[in-house]
Amino acid sequence: MSVLVFAEISDGKFKKATFEAVSYGRQVADMLGSKVVAIAIGNGANASELGEYGAHVVKTIQTSDSFTADAYAAAVNASANEVSASTVIISNTYTGKSLAPRLAQLMGASLATNVVSMPDTSNGFQVKRSVFSGKAFAFVNLQRDKKVIAITPNSFEIKTFGESAVVESASSSLGSTGLNIDAVNKVTGKIPLTEAEVVVSGGRGMKGPENWHMIEDLATALGAATACSKPVSDMDWRPHSEHVGQTGITIKPNLYIAVGISGAIQHLAGVSSSKVIVAINKDPEAPFFKAADYGIVGDAFEILPQLIAAAKN
Amino acid sequence: MKILACISVVPDTTTKITFTENNSQFNTAGVQYILNPYDELAVTRGLEIAEANGGTLTIVHVGRAESEPVIRKALSMGANEAIRIDADPTDAQYVAEEIAKIAVGYDLILTGRESIDYNGGVVCGMLGSLLGITSINVVTRIDYADGKFSFDRDIDGGRETVSCAGPCVASAQKELCEPRIPNMRGIMAARTKPLQVLAPQATANFANYASYELPAAKSGVRLIDASEAGKLIDILRNEAKVI
Repeated sequence: MSVLVFAEISDGKFKKATFEAVSYGRQVADMLGSKVVAIAIGNGANASELGEYGAHVVKTIQTSDSFTADAYAAAVNASANEVSASTVIISNTYTGKSLAPRLAQLMGASLATNVVSMPDTSNGFQVKRSVFSGKAFAFVNLQRDKKVIAITPNSFEIKTFGESAVVESASSSLGSTGLNIDAVNKVTGKIPLTEAEVVVSGGRGMKGPENWHMIEDLATALGAATACSKPVSDMDWRPHSEHVGQTGITIKPNLYIAVGISGAIQHLAGVSSSKVIVAINKDPEAPFFKAADYGIVGDAFEILPQLIAAAKN
Repeated sequence: MKILACISVVPDTTTKITFTENNSQFNTAGVQYILNPYDELAVTRGLEIAEANGGTLTIVHVGRAESEPVIRKALSMGANEAIRIDADPTDAQYVAEEIAKIAVGYDLILTGRESIDYNGGVVCGMLGSLLGITSINVVTRIDYADGKFSFDRDIDGGRETVSCAGPCVASAQKELCEPRIPNMRGIMAARTKPLQVLAPQATANFANYASYELPAAKSGVRLIDASEAGKLIDILRNEAKVI
């Protein structure tokens, strides 16, 4: 028996979310008294690095093929069979979310996505996952012998084990896919919103897209990703991909700074799991102040330059 | 061309979420139910493609009779017919297996990116696997030409253009289209459109929801004077230690 971790590679490197998944997998394996095997599909990443985060063995499949759910699911399933994996850990990124359901199907496994806790095995196998777009959590019993768990990025501290992993080629190869990849358009050097540790977000209070350089400057100074509220993306001030909230992206950074966002229930749903929330708004009655840890009441255009200057310092 | 759109019925986005019976049940009292916003996009784009190619759009929903007003809404948007599988949608696996049983023979199957209640986002992939067809998550564009479907899909840190022959299943992301608002003619027509109710075919559950909890309330906001806003950075660095 073993715990298998899908070690996602992006641009020739493991992501931070991958280290979280491996370290989570190791802790699950320690609970279950089994070994951790990571499966890394792609080129360039330094597979032995995963030993540091708790992997005992790393199986690699070298390929330059882009991610497709069908081909990857077949390959991960083959590895799961090979190492008799009872549990597979995946990070809940776009890639992970595409892979997890197909893999769970192939394995006949119970599946939980958006998982934010270690499993509780005191009575069966239970995990906590976020539901209602972050407005609540649910405790779910996974009833099948095999489980696929997709963990929310930024939910678990990365533990290091100072070990080295055995690296070997997987005996399976990438399966065939029905999908043609025609073009890839990746924004390089930008932190994906769902994985960012710090997010600076603007709302209608920013008054127009021409003022967004202030949000971007603060984000750059803090090494943060940028986001926006629904009205802002609806008015096309910012792309839809930046919209956080109930019908946008749900995020869980360590720090969320909301500038000129009132804090409607739908917006709060998408960001309330953030560890620390800062609200900046000229209206002292803005609902966001009830959900925030720190707040500044005042004009964003006067406050932002001060924050940018302090952050650069 | 035959297109199938899978819809779920969810609490309105403004709903304040609470639980009853010792936090084991979602409190449905006073809750307004709506067509899941992402599924609304799936229905709309499905209709646009069906109309442009002389095809039909079928709606499928796993749920009880209370869902019928929402199913009628999808019909009033222009769908040709609907199927309701009369069962509680207990988990995604169950829903996917029930839908898979009626989903054979469609060229394109559409779901929403996720339901805004349980946020699993997994029915698309499960259907792909159950039916042995290609699945494409979080698509922001779908076009059909020369016997092929073409999609833009969100990936980590960017976007990809992909294509495949049908049948395939895709999940709708924002930006796919503007949701269609039913007109009076559509609403009248929807009343008499076929809505078939099928019995479930007893699939086993893979997961069950034991209990729920609400996020811990914040202990209260600490206000910093706007004239010394720079202090906030210092606090975040040295006290909260988040930057």
